[in-house]
Amino acid sequence: MATGNGSEAAQGLRMVAPPLVYAILMLAIPLLTILTFSFLKDGYQTVIREFTFENYLAVWADPIFRTLMLRSLWVAGLVTLATVVLAFPVAYFLSFVVASRHKAMWIFLITIPFWTSYLIRVFLWKVILGYNGVINSGLKSLGIIEQPLSFLLYNTGSIVVTLAHAYAPFAILPIYVALEKIDRSLLEAGRDLGESRLMTFWRVTLPLAMPGVLAAVLIVFIPTIGDYVTPTLIGGGKIPMVANLIQAQMLDIDNKPLGSAIAVTAMGIVGVLSLIFLFLNRRFLRVRQ
Amino acid sequence: MNARNPMPVVREGGPARDEHGRPTPIETRRVMIECRNVHKYYGDYHALRGIDLKIREAEFFSLLGPSGCGKTTLLRTIAGFEDIGSGVVLIDGKDMANVPANVRPTNMVFQSYAIFPHLTVAENVAFGLRRDPRSKAEKAAAVEEALAMVGLRGYGARAAHALSGGQRQRVALARALILKPKVLLLDEPLSALDRKMREQMQVELIKLQRQVGITFVLVTHDQEEALVMSDRIAVMFEGEIAQLSFAEELYTRPASRRVADFIGVMNFLPARILGDTETGVRVDVPGFGEFEVPAANVSRADAGDSGPSVGFRPEAVTLLTRDAPAPNRETAGAIEEIVYYGDMTYYDVRLDGSARFDGKGHPIRVSMRNVFGRDLPDLGTRTRVSWSPGSLILFR
Repeated sequence: MATGNGSEAAQGLRMVAPPLVYAILMLAIPLLTILTFSFLKDGYQTVIREFTFENYLAVWADPIFRTLMLRSLWVAGLVTLATVVLAFPVAYFLSFVVASRHKAMWIFLITIPFWTSYLIRVFLWKVILGYNGVINSGLKSLGIIEQPLSFLLYNTGSIVVTLAHAYAPFAILPIYVALEKIDRSLLEAGRDLGESRLMTFWRVTLPLAMPGVLAAVLIVFIPTIGDYVTPTLIGGGKIPMVANLIQAQMLDIDNKPLGSAIAVTAMGIVGVLSLIFLFLNRRFLRVRQ
Repeated sequence: MNARNPMPVVREGGPARDEHGRPTPIETRRVMIECRNVHKYYGDYHALRGIDLKIREAEFFSLLGPSGCGKTTLLRTIAGFEDIGSGVVLIDGKDMANVPANVRPTNMVFQSYAIFPHLTVAENVAFGLRRDPRSKAEKAAAVEEALAMVGLRGYGARAAHALSGGQRQRVALARALILKPKVLLLDEPLSALDRKMREQMQVELIKLQRQVGITFVLVTHDQEEALVMSDRIAVMFEGEIAQLSFAEELYTRPASRRVADFIGVMNFLPARILGDTETGVRVDVPGFGEFEVPAANVSRADAGDSGPSVGFRPEAVTLLTRDAPAPNRETAGAIEEIVYYGDMTYYDVRLDGSARFDGKGHPIRVSMRNVFGRDLPDLGTRTRVSWSPGSLILFR
């Protein structure tokens, strides 16, 4: 048995070896490099190989970092809220209303935006919200406004709208899967035991959909914190987020150790927040399948 | 009922009782569920074709039929999960036309049990008590009592997903009965259990039903289960009720050949009708000869059958030991097959002259209770068969 297991393990290892090598080369090594950089000294345009905590002290002392980090968390929180709240009805409709033979088509339609690049989708929002964009020219030609509205673009709201749209399928699909897994007789049981449709939703459907909602929250929240393109294009550089700060340190100012320390700190904050979030949900929602 | 338990789950009342404390006959009790000419369509499919029935107070009633016969649709119609195409459903005299499922005085035990996986056993049982005005402590006591009633005392804190199939079923029962419904609907509740557990639950359900005095409506495709548990049974085929009668009557006097074939084992032999008499019908049956079937034993054959036939249960005839005197009428044949079940044995007997009509032999199946110390007849040996005209049914 032992030899059988051993050869099975060896076989498994051989099978995962190519992606494992790829993951080590493309994920682990760059991450380790960043981590190493963050503890090294900056000698203008070069990196001095000398261990130090200075970068981290600088990060935490920097009011700009604090402002941008808090803004990133705030924007990512808003985006997550907007995305999940808007995604839930879509997922619900997909799971409970759409006939099962049409579901594949609907999922296909939902993923269509992914056929174009993220950059183009973000840029399209600029076209829609811009000074001479679709909304302004539309309202103007209808005679509702005389001067283009300038508050549409280059603010937090427009960033939230753009990111919420970009991440919508990431939120819809996990919630949809959780809803699909709910045994429909549970909903009938809720009704049978005296609850209205609304209360059955509240007491049965929603708690059972929570694993999907949690997955959606994490899938949307984590990448939006570090989003770089949308604050640049839609925020117009007026509302930089933490990724923009890292970019500036790494490339514009060419302080790789400080940039790395910011990146590692941001990663740490996101990691801790996600763990707290998961812990709280496990503690209070008791969702088990 | 314990005096410290102020909230008995058992409904006071139950069926009306006579002066000796016995339940009154079912036919005289109050009607609890009434269906009048109920039709149900799914698109072009005619699922229920004019259902008329009355289910009475504190009755154990079964809807029995093969899959697709409409029995579950009818149950869901009573529960309020399906709209009906036309007709009237009344529960306790009230028209249910615009009454949604959550307001109906019925509760259901689902085939999958539908135990909420995110709640504990106690929370599952208490699910329907949200608007109950009682205090938290009183509700907890009621939950504990309901759990005790189904044999799950002390299970309240367990997670629902950690229960076995039989335990889930008990939770589903407790969850429904705690609400004291007028009618408990059970949708194939035992089909997911293994044989031993199923037989145990059958007996428990009968006892529970007597204890709580609530009308139970059971849907099942298992004729044995229906016979074991029910006061009355409605046999359904293709959206229609083929026969509605007491379990014993259903078994001994099936209304049609199809019902007879569906319930238990039934032997069928072709029959030639010789003529009607004052008291019955004279027939000629190969292997049995000419005799008169009493008028009470005449049922209808179903369309598509080749012709009239007589039917009888395996236990309606008896194999005679070699020198036993013939008690009534007897015929003879050869034992073709023996199927041993431990407590009883089936013998397939080819009666002499059974191929007289159509050239085909018609072996009949005879069941005999096995008695310790008595030798079983051997395969291929000749045997005498005792029978009486009163235990045969004519389908014409």
